[in-house]
Amino acid sequence: MVRFLFVLLIFVSFTAQSGEKIQHWVTDNGVRVYFYPAPELPMMDLRIVFDAGAARDGDKKGVALMTNGMLAEGAGEWDSGEIAARFDGVGAVFSNSSHRDMSVLSLRSLTDEKLLNTALTTFTTVLTNPTFPEDAFERERKRLLVGLERQKQSPDAISDKVFYSALYGDHPYASETTGEIETVQAMTIADLKAFYQQYFVAKNAVIALVGALDREQAEKLVNDVVADLSIGSIAEAIPEVSKLDKADKIEIAFPSSQSHIMVGQPGIKRGDADYFPLYVGNHVLGGSGMVSKLFDEIREKRGLAYSSYSYFIPMRQQGPFLLGLQTKNESADAALKVLHDVVADFVKNGPSEKDLIAAKKNLVGGFALRIASNKSMVENLASIGFYNQPLDYLETFISNVEAVTLAQVKDAFQRRVNPDKLVTVIVGDTSKAQAKAE
Amino acid sequence: MKKLLFLASLGLFALSGCATTPSMPDMSKPIKRYADFNVYEKTLSNGLKVIVKEDRRAPVMVSQVWYKVGSSSEHSGVTGVSHVLEHMMFKGTEKLAPNEFSKIIAENGGRENAFTGRDYTAYFQQMEKRRLPVSFELEADRMRNIIFLEEEFKKEIQVVMEERRMRTEDNPQSLTYEQFSAAAYVNSPYHAPVIGWMNDLENMNINDLKKWYDAWYRPNNATVVVAGDVQADEVFALAEEHFGPLKAAPLPEIKPRKEIQQRGLRRLTVKAPAQVPYMLMGYQAASLGDSNEDWEPYALEVLVGILDGGISARLETSLVREQQVAASIGSGYDAFTPGRELFMFSGTPSQGRTVDDLEQAVRDQIKTIQSELVSDIELDRVKAQVVAGKVYEKDSIFYQAMSIGRLETSNMSWKLADQYINNINNVTKEQIQAVAKKYLIDDNLTVAVLDPQPLDSSKPRARSVGGRHGG
Repeated sequence: MVRFLFVLLIFVSFTAQSGEKIQHWVTDNGVRVYFYPAPELPMMDLRIVFDAGAARDGDKKGVALMTNGMLAEGAGEWDSGEIAARFDGVGAVFSNSSHRDMSVLSLRSLTDEKLLNTALTTFTTVLTNPTFPEDAFERERKRLLVGLERQKQSPDAISDKVFYSALYGDHPYASETTGEIETVQAMTIADLKAFYQQYFVAKNAVIALVGALDREQAEKLVNDVVADLSIGSIAEAIPEVSKLDKADKIEIAFPSSQSHIMVGQPGIKRGDADYFPLYVGNHVLGGSGMVSKLFDEIREKRGLAYSSYSYFIPMRQQGPFLLGLQTKNESADAALKVLHDVVADFVKNGPSEKDLIAAKKNLVGGFALRIASNKSMVENLASIGFYNQPLDYLETFISNVEAVTLAQVKDAFQRRVNPDKLVTVIVGDTSKAQAKAE
Repeated sequence: MKKLLFLASLGLFALSGCATTPSMPDMSKPIKRYADFNVYEKTLSNGLKVIVKEDRRAPVMVSQVWYKVGSSSEHSGVTGVSHVLEHMMFKGTEKLAPNEFSKIIAENGGRENAFTGRDYTAYFQQMEKRRLPVSFELEADRMRNIIFLEEEFKKEIQVVMEERRMRTEDNPQSLTYEQFSAAAYVNSPYHAPVIGWMNDLENMNINDLKKWYDAWYRPNNATVVVAGDVQADEVFALAEEHFGPLKAAPLPEIKPRKEIQQRGLRRLTVKAPAQVPYMLMGYQAASLGDSNEDWEPYALEVLVGILDGGISARLETSLVREQQVAASIGSGYDAFTPGRELFMFSGTPSQGRTVDDLEQAVRDQIKTIQSELVSDIELDRVKAQVVAGKVYEKDSIFYQAMSIGRLETSNMSWKLADQYINNINNVTKEQIQAVAKKYLIDDNLTVAVLDPQPLDSSKPRARSVGGRHGG
């Protein structure tokens, strides 16, 4: 075997991109701002994140998503077509998305003054002066209902829904961002307006900004965007997630050739003290794509699935620890057994020294890729801001990964993952699996 | 422009030109430098083309190897072999154990993968800039030294079948698209899916893979693209060191299999368990590889922008917001296809409306384009989006390398991508109308409709069983 060249780790400074550091300030009305100058390309990326995700839906499931989606459907004097034309006409890209924790609005634009001004004026109006027109609301409601119907034909969407529901029970994380057919049908414009007024406020917002701007320009830009946001107050804390008290297995019959399997339990919060041991450990278990243990056992050794993985999704509260794969119905039992065995073994014995070193090398050596584009930087900044991570989160990422020990990984997994209390969801033609077993 | 919608199925027709037997004492050419674009290119004496795009924004690089082989090189009975071979390229060489390739890349902090299209198979590694030698050593090794182990093949073909089940069999929209393509293309190899028909996968054997590898994986059938914080001359020297010793060989002859003239509207229905109907319309249209008029593909690109370039474009405005006949609607077209391209529409009707209503609404839009010139505002908007898009693309070195690799592997020059803005700017309203009249006609049209079948032959049931499964 040839010794392949292994370049020793060189220290990758976070400031590699443009010799800059993350700058942070708070606007007069309380918006927390995270700015990173990137002078190389004549463009900028702006992202505003509100603590206004589906976890804030309450009984009106889907209201966070609909509120976010309706902002660009009418604002100031403009209808949806005029808003779209203003963005499109200057080559700007406006986008929005809604998650369990976050509600996000994004703008990418050239920094040419005239183009940028039009894009920003439009973005600001959408953000601060939405009109929630009746006709657009009815249309968007119908489109969401079609989306909900479409979920019923996707084994992935079905298993996701069942999985979160089983993990979180009465907790707000239990429901999907898209809501339920009944709650979407019952929703009113007044619901959206109330949601907007409570949550789309300055103190509940974080702005990330990356682009060819200096500090002065950035401050003015941000001030112009958020000046008309009401101050409001920060959203109240989301309740803690309780641990599962027993294992559960849910099978959903579906006429597909594969069974979609999801396994897991509530995992960790952002900023959790065990974050790095669990993150690095999971890289060995199922988080590193083609070289993880799960990939090796399920796909490389047995050819049972195209993809198999495990992840912690740290959120404001305990996001899921989840493992998954898809395999033909006939192999569902066999694949599930391997998956459970791998997790149980990993929790009991932890990773090998060799595997841990390999995972750290991958994370440390690949760090530069995480901050290589404006797109990835603005995402990093928004996440750091939204979850109140330290400003040096990126700078210390490498040393935090390198500091993780074998004992820490094993200890953290044993305390945080209980292989005897996992939820298992199987969506597929389970009769085929059973017929084979009999 | 929702090009991405169709990207998964895109692939390009291997022109007969690329299949000429290379008679090479020495194909080496001097380094060409294109200062305006920071692009450098060199062809090694074994025919391997190396293209470097310098971009110093971040201390990273992407290295890609593109082979001019894909599903369009395949014939019936072995469909999907290019893609299965892509999988086998990770399964061991004379020096490396199965999957060791991926382990070495991972330990070097790399991200890697591979993808297969209609006319290309490509492999890539994204890494910190000084790791390029690792990438080159491994890629040069697997260009010629794969060992095909029967036991590895037996597992990997199962993996590919699982991939096909996941992507196609259990996805009613993908199933519809697959059958649509098989109807829209009769004799062209675009007829078959990139992943291959299930029956062909079931009957594939290791000799099919070996033959395919020996035929196509040669330096004179490959292009190496490196983009990022690298020095072109250092990259060329490294390429010479690692790829230089590999031997060129004559490539197989591929017949053109030019798509026959369509003679009238084709319609098909696809029945599958589903909840929501779906519709695809495709018009055979010119592309840069299949057009007598070079402006036509660019006019078609602008036309797709008029119809679907952003939320203010016609389809979204008229079909989704005004008429509310569509829950979703998109249009797609790719000028950079060497073979016959399809100008596509795809969508889902809104609640209470039918696929027939949706088709009629699309036809009405086409009729309007054919009878009235588009407005200045629309044309300016499409051009502004193209100009801005070119800047945004520069935020991703991966995208820049991909764009170069795809064009080169399609027998077009990467320089076409940089002339794109000019070519788009030259398109006139009259030209847009002309291509709509020439191509968007019934005789060129195939329509496929997903006819949803019940998902619950035996009522979906949920069973919850306490206790852990399987021990």
